[in-house]
Amino acid sequence: MALNRFRCAALPLALLVLMLLASATSHGAAIEMREFDDPVLEQRYDSLTASLRCPTCQNQAINDSDAPVSGDMRERVYQLLQDGRSDIEIRDFMVQRFGDYVLYNPRLEGRTLLLWGLPGALVLLGGVLVVFIVRTRRKASASKLTAAERARLDALINGERSE
Amino acid sequence: MKFRLLLLLPLIGFLALALFLYQGLSLNPFQRDSALMAREFPAFELATLEDAERRVDESLLATGELTLVNVWGEWCPECKREMPQLLDLADRGIRLVGISYKDTREKGLGFLDEFGNPFEVNIFDPEGDLAFDLGVYGAPETFLVDADGVIRYHHTGYIAPDQVRDTILAEVEKWR
Repeated sequence: MALNRFRCAALPLALLVLMLLASATSHGAAIEMREFDDPVLEQRYDSLTASLRCPTCQNQAINDSDAPVSGDMRERVYQLLQDGRSDIEIRDFMVQRFGDYVLYNPRLEGRTLLLWGLPGALVLLGGVLVVFIVRTRRKASASKLTAAERARLDALINGERSE
Repeated sequence: MKFRLLLLLPLIGFLALALFLYQGLSLNPFQRDSALMAREFPAFELATLEDAERRVDESLLATGELTLVNVWGEWCPECKREMPQLLDLADRGIRLVGISYKDTREKGLGFLDEFGNPFEVNIFDPEGDLAFDLGVYGAPETFLVDADGVIRYHHTGYIAPDQVRDTILAEVEKWR
């Protein structure tokens, strides 16, 4: 019985796996495989093509897009890596031609200071605010009661007890 | 009481930020300026489509005359629809230079035979190297290059008939 149930589940599962595999390979077919002698270069190629944005797509990295311009850009990244250029040089090369739009991580410069700085500044501001609030609350609760307030408090407590 | 109101500040700040970012959602990412705006036309050395023996370079675009550089390809349907507008611009006395983008010579020349040739000369760019340096990500694209060879305006995509006067001629007047 248990085995039967397992068989029932196994067939659709196997089909699903097959379909996923098929879709993965058909998707990858549009994007060429490249040979690298050096695994470090391959890693840099992967991370560069994952962090450069296709200029004509809505929101795709060039390693995920079959647009012609993405193919050209991957080709250039590959060539420039073979020429021994650094990651920064390659990114600059692309920005010179296609603009800051192609960077998924905007560079830290005058124009992007607000973008990078605002989150930190807001966290700092929030922290200062919390410290300020906690301090004023603590001060308020620690302040001494006046004689009249103490008498009233005693009266209330005693009154509750006698009930 | 005053202090309490102060606590609303983060909320107001958040709302302002949300409004600002919400506006960004309606921006068209394809209406961004070219990275080459106000920069010199990139250096190149290529043959012309018309004559494989004739080599041209960037000095072609710094002749003291304003030029419209149009990137086109025989494989590009929008380019065919754009040709009447380009012929109109050429009739108005504007200098046009074409870049035959990722085409064969045969197909490129066939295109000009069929749809007309508004270009003074066509740069033959079968590998798309010059177009890549121009940051072209589709065709057609049109660059306005001023008399000194500096890029002043970039039009991505098809030039519609009503854009000839409203956009292209306006920019030509501005930079002439």
